[in-house]
Amino acid sequence: MTTARVSAPARPAIRRRPFNWRRAGAWALVAVAVAVSVLPFYWVLRTALSTNAALASNATNLLPADFNLGAFERVFGLQSPEEAVADGGSGAQIDFWSYLRNSVLFASITTTGAVFFSAMAAYAFARLRWRGRNAVFSLFLATMMVPPIFTALPNFLLIKNLGLLNTMVGLVLPYIFMTPFAIFFLRQFFLNMSREVEEAAMLDGAKHLRIFFQIILPNAAAPLATLALLTFIGQWNEYFWPLLVGQDESVRVLTVGLGVFKSQSPQGAPDWSGLMAATLVSALPVLILFAAFGKKIVNSIGFSGIK
Amino acid sequence: MTTLTRNASPAEHSVRRPLKRRGQSDLKIALFFIAPAMIGFIVFYLVPTLRGIYLSFTEYNILGDPTWIGTANYEAIGKDPLFWNALAVTTQYVLINIVLQTALALGLALLMHRVAKSTLIRGTLLLPYLMANVIAALLWFWLLDYQIGIVNYFIDALGMPKVAFFGSEEWAIPTQALINTWRHMGYTALLIFAGLQAIPHHVYEVANLDGASPWQTFRKITLPLLRPVLALVLIVTIIGSFQVFDTVAVTTQGGPVNASRVLQFYIYQKAFTESDFGYGSALAVILFVILALVAFIQMKFLKGNESDLD
Repeated sequence: MTTARVSAPARPAIRRRPFNWRRAGAWALVAVAVAVSVLPFYWVLRTALSTNAALASNATNLLPADFNLGAFERVFGLQSPEEAVADGGSGAQIDFWSYLRNSVLFASITTTGAVFFSAMAAYAFARLRWRGRNAVFSLFLATMMVPPIFTALPNFLLIKNLGLLNTMVGLVLPYIFMTPFAIFFLRQFFLNMSREVEEAAMLDGAKHLRIFFQIILPNAAAPLATLALLTFIGQWNEYFWPLLVGQDESVRVLTVGLGVFKSQSPQGAPDWSGLMAATLVSALPVLILFAAFGKKIVNSIGFSGIK
Repeated sequence: MTTLTRNASPAEHSVRRPLKRRGQSDLKIALFFIAPAMIGFIVFYLVPTLRGIYLSFTEYNILGDPTWIGTANYEAIGKDPLFWNALAVTTQYVLINIVLQTALALGLALLMHRVAKSTLIRGTLLLPYLMANVIAALLWFWLLDYQIGIVNYFIDALGMPKVAFFGSEEWAIPTQALINTWRHMGYTALLIFAGLQAIPHHVYEVANLDGASPWQTFRKITLPLLRPVLALVLIVTIIGSFQVFDTVAVTTQGGPVNASRVLQFYIYQKAFTESDFGYGSALAVILFVILALVAFIQMKFLKGNESDLD
């Protein structure tokens, strides 16, 4: 809490001291926060590699209890129902490969569509002059205030009337055209981009389409990538809409699959190792993205909040 | 909704600068560029919003057509004990989140700002936020299990009675709020951290010269200058928490009894389990109004969009 000490001249003095209790205490708090954020994931992994039978008697051992890959086999539908039941599973048909594929499809289609179409709209808001531009932009922004559940009920009816329930098209349709946040994010960036190259190109007679594809998009590659990353993670984690529209096995995404798997788990003695294996499989793609692009994600939060 | 528009002003300027060279409007080409987003906006945002309001004045069970029944749904909601319970339970959830999350995040942000400057640590603290609610819910459902969960094992080892985190009425909502706090803590801390970094150095130097104590500096300088960020954090927390659904749907399903039947879960049950779309829509309108009020109050009284730095 000693904010005043931030000032630069104080620093060398602190460094010279052999041991600083206050600093050590602060680091201890940081360590606790890091542990609380990370250790649960280790515990998930440890549980997923254990067998249900060994878990109960071995609640605290840091290593997996009776190391075994059975839980992962169960999650990917590789165990026969009899084997699954013997290992403490429900024996119900479950196939996380297909959920994984559906999640990848859902998240990548919506991300590609939303980012591209939002970039087009952002160009119209940032670079073109037309009457009503600011009014339309405010209207778009206002939709950020509408809670998703509010539009989810009528959207469900629309998708149902179109006969698109339990189809990938029905799942992606509401997200594919734009997200208000993406338009806002990109417009902000386009406004800050230098216009010199564009104006020169325009004097050469270049049309807006060419400027958009050959100047704006390449120059905005970094923010487009960040936005795509954030959108993808958000879509990957989406639960409510896929729960309404994509219940069927053929289009079920990971989040919905996890919920189903959990509800099928035997009530008295849940299939913990199976559940944690499934959880890990669902978390893994985001963990990989995070390992690869963590810095980009962290830095983007200074600019704006996700979602 | 959640945007620190730090660098907005110079840009706004440039957009107002007229392109004198091209007097005519770009309306035609603009229509082309905006068409896909416009379709999405009209079909999946604008029309559903209007349709949702209309449906709230009807009786509609998906089969057949909606029948206009005026304000009957709203009158029924006023007398619906489950609605008032949902409102109370959701409010409890929101309050726990505001207090815990803001306090923890503020502390963490100060730590990041003063000691732990590494991006790696900031990234690590952000990890829970990147996980789906469903994943966070299942992970804690296991850690907090009554029988063989690790947390209850430690509670037991310390000689205290085990806690039925998901199974008891008094703990159901605090547990949901704790999961949400766990997931959002690092993210909120990063937002506040960004705000801390925007406070210029010289302000602190002056305070130092004037002999202000650390606590005085924090209260009289850091907190007031952080106000826009804290206002933003508060509104994001409140609006997000009011829409809690995923963790409840996956773990307690509104129970035990009605202890965790939060608003959005109640709406979901009315509309999709009981096929009462009119009633569900009316509940959603009420949620909408609550959130709009929250945003309005925040803008009006916390002056979230103004900074003391100017």
